[in-house]
Amino acid sequence: MARPSGEFNAAPMADIAFLLLIFFLVATTFDVDTGIMRKLPPIPDEEQQRQQENKQIKERNVFEVLINSNDQLLVEGEPMNISNLRESAKEFIANPRNKEDLPEMEVKEVPFFGQTETTKGIISLQNDRGTSYEMYIKVQNELTAAYNELHDGLAMQKFGQHYSELNKEQKDAISDIYPMIISEAEPKNIGGN
Amino acid sequence: MAKFRKEGTKEIPQISTASLPDIIFMLIFFFMVSTTIRETQLMVNNEVPGATEVKKLERKDLVSYIYIGKPKRQFQDMYGTEPRIQLNDSFAKVDDIRDYIATERKQLDESERPKMTTSLKVDVDTKMGVVSDVKYALRKASALKINYSAQKVDQVY
Repeated sequence: MARPSGEFNAAPMADIAFLLLIFFLVATTFDVDTGIMRKLPPIPDEEQQRQQENKQIKERNVFEVLINSNDQLLVEGEPMNISNLRESAKEFIANPRNKEDLPEMEVKEVPFFGQTETTKGIISLQNDRGTSYEMYIKVQNELTAAYNELHDGLAMQKFGQHYSELNKEQKDAISDIYPMIISEAEPKNIGGN
Repeated sequence: MAKFRKEGTKEIPQISTASLPDIIFMLIFFFMVSTTIRETQLMVNNEVPGATEVKKLERKDLVSYIYIGKPKRQFQDMYGTEPRIQLNDSFAKVDDIRDYIATERKQLDESERPKMTTSLKVDVDTKMGVVSDVKYALRKASALKINYSAQKVDQVY
């Protein structure tokens, strides 16, 4: 009796593999999750609340951004188009000409930089309950962009690298000079839900 | 010697397809590794807004998701068209967020709990009212690291 040859037919194996392949192709969702990172403030207890009320922040140090229920912007008391928000936020934070109405600079010891002026400016954002989420994200995006551009500019000037390429200590030093503080007040409810 | 040899008639050998499965398997492994099978079924419309300054969310195991948007067509007769919150596989109220965060936190290792991030996947057609309520609930549950889910675009206006 002739024995069958030892080689087995591998052709259907490809079919099985294809079937599996198609399953995974269909089931795959390449959803890389991206978004804007934020840190919410903790709810203050009574003690902290009292302290906060006593602590006054000077008006010149606050960049006030309001969004109403019609998605219109009011920045420092003036209506503004969203396309100008980034530039004016940048000018506010950096205060390049040391203007009186822009935030104070505080000289602090910062690693890598030595004694440097750091900004005391903070951004206060308030929206209405009727503001659209799309507009809110646009504003958050512009404010983040303002900080990112300042950080990047400083990183380029000091280290000759993009901010994202720096190591942790260098990044910390830069965000000491331009600390990103976006404070959000409780939303108003003027426009209704 | 001749024992090992087959009939002497020589044909032109066919191209061996034996290596084809190997190639396919390689592709399979690639897709298997890169696949994230959706574990939740979306019950709300969820088209996230675009933004330019987005960051990638690392460590997906530390992320819990909150979906907000209008209920999809098939749920509209039961739940209406007002934007609603979805946690896991069901619609939820703002008060449920506290329990949800607590359960999610319990699943994590003790040392990693502070790194827990909540991803807010909010539809573009949502008003801020419900989002503010969710944010306040998250603050109360002390889940302070949040991520406004957005997709990368080159220009926003």
